[in-house]
Amino acid sequence: MEELLKTPLNDAIKRRGAKMVAYAGYEMPVRFGSIVEEHQAVRLAAGLFDVSHMTEFWLEGPDALKAANYLVSNDLNAVVDGDMQYSVMCTAEGTAVDDLMVYRYGADKILLVMNAACKAQDIAHIQANLPKLDVRFTDRSLETAQLALQGPKAVSILEKLTGAFVSLPTMKFTEGDIAGVPSLVSRSGYTGEDGYEIYCDNAGALALFEALMSAGKAEGLSPVGLGARDTLRLESKMPLYGNELSMSITPLEARLGWAVALDKPDFLGKAALLAQKEAGLTRRLVGFEMTEKAIPRHGYPVVAPDDASVVWGEVTSGCPSPTTGKNIGLAYIDVAKVGTKPGTQIGIEIRGKIKSAKIVKTPFYKRPYPVRTK
Amino acid sequence: MKLPDNLKYTKSHEWVLIEGETATMGITQFAVEQLGDITLVECPQVGDSVKANDTMGTIESVKAVSDLYCPIDGTVLSVNEALEDEPEKVNDDCYGDGWIAKITLGDDATDEDLMDATAYEEYLDSLD
Repeated sequence: MEELLKTPLNDAIKRRGAKMVAYAGYEMPVRFGSIVEEHQAVRLAAGLFDVSHMTEFWLEGPDALKAANYLVSNDLNAVVDGDMQYSVMCTAEGTAVDDLMVYRYGADKILLVMNAACKAQDIAHIQANLPKLDVRFTDRSLETAQLALQGPKAVSILEKLTGAFVSLPTMKFTEGDIAGVPSLVSRSGYTGEDGYEIYCDNAGALALFEALMSAGKAEGLSPVGLGARDTLRLESKMPLYGNELSMSITPLEARLGWAVALDKPDFLGKAALLAQKEAGLTRRLVGFEMTEKAIPRHGYPVVAPDDASVVWGEVTSGCPSPTTGKNIGLAYIDVAKVGTKPGTQIGIEIRGKIKSAKIVKTPFYKRPYPVRTK
Repeated sequence: MKLPDNLKYTKSHEWVLIEGETATMGITQFAVEQLGDITLVECPQVGDSVKANDTMGTIESVKAVSDLYCPIDGTVLSVNEALEDEPEKVNDDCYGDGWIAKITLGDDATDEDLMDATAYEEYLDSLD
C-alpha cells in the first residue's frame, strides 16, 4: 500500500486521541471521541477541523480570471476582488469534475480550493482545458495547510487572538496574521454555521492550531474529525463530491443551478447544460427523511413504497441527524415517475426490505442566528 | 480495559454469558470503541433460529453499518427492546444494559470455539 500523506497537524491530532483513517491519500482524523458530540459542539459552540488535505490550485498571470471563468460554472465577473464563490468545474458534457471554492484575488490571481479525493482528475482536467492565455497553473497543496473554525462561537474565539477578522463578511476573504502566523482567512465553511476557513504555510500550521485550541478552551472548542464534517454538511445540504456530484452528474441535476451562470459568454460544459435545461431534467436531487426506523446510506435504492422492483432513484448520502434526531438523506429521484414535491412517500430499500420515507424540504438545518460582524 | 471473566468471546467481538440453557449476548467494549456512537441495532425476531458465526443482525453507527454475528447455536428467546429507542445503551454499558439478545441454546450448541477473557485479551493484543 502506498504510504499515506500526513498533514502538518498529524502529531497534534493523534495526541488528542483521534481515530485515524485513510482518506484521499492522507491519514486523517475521522473522530476524536463521539461523532455526535463533535457535531453538537459545532452546532452549539465551535469546532476546529484540520482540512489540510484540501487542494489549493493557483492561477496567476494577466489572464488568470479569464481562464478560471472558462473552467468553472459560476460567473467570476458577478463578484469582486476579495470575494469567494462556490462553483462547479464541468466536463464538456456538463458533468462535474469537481466542485470548488474560487477565491478572487484579482484579474491576475485566482485561488481554487478543491477536493483532495479529486486531485488527479482535477489536475488532468485543468491542464487539458486551460485556455491558451497568459496564465500559469500551480499546485501548492502540499505546502499549504487549512484549518476550519466553525460554530456560533467561532467569531469570539478568533477575536481573542485578533480582532482583524470580526468584520469580515460571509463569503469574503482577506489576509493577516493570527498568533504570528501569516494567514489567508475567509468567512466560510462546510458546516452550515458561521465560521472561518484559514490557510497558512505548513510551517505555521501547528502554532495556529494550538493558538486556536487554547483561545477556544473556555468557549467549548472541540477538535472535529471527518465523521462530523460529513453529518454537519449533510444537515446543511451541502454536496459532497463522489456522493451528490460525480463525472456522470450535472450541477443542474444536483440543484446547483444557482452556481451555474448559463448567461455568461462561455464556459466548459455550458452548451451541454443549456441543452439539458431546455430538454428538461430527468432526475433531480431531493432531501428525504425516514418515517420508519432505518438509516439510509449512500447507494441504497429508492423504490416505490410498496414495490421494490419499481426503482425510483438512488440514495447519495444518509445519516442519523444529530440536530434533528431524524434519519435523513439525499437522493436522486426520477422526476417523471415521482416528482420532487415535499411530502411524497418513497421507499428506501435497506438490506432487502422496503423502509418508508418522505421527501422533505431542504436544508434539514438552518443556522438560527445572524453572523456577527462587529 | 478489564474484561469480565464470566463471559466468553468471539473473534468478531461479541460476548456471550451462558447460564444453563440460556445465553445472553452483546458486543464487547472493543467493538463499541471501533464503532463509535451506535444509532441502530437490528436483531432477529424472537423464535428465529440462529447459528454460530452467521450474521444475526446489524449494528449501525453514525458512519457505518456492521454485521452482528451469532456467537452460539440456538433460538432467539428475547431481544433487548430498550435498544430500539436508546441504542446508545450499547455505548454506555455494553456488558450490562446494552445486552442485545438472549438465545435458548440449541441441542448441539457448543462454546468450544469461544474464547475466555484471557484468550480474548491476547487476541485483542494481537490486533494492534
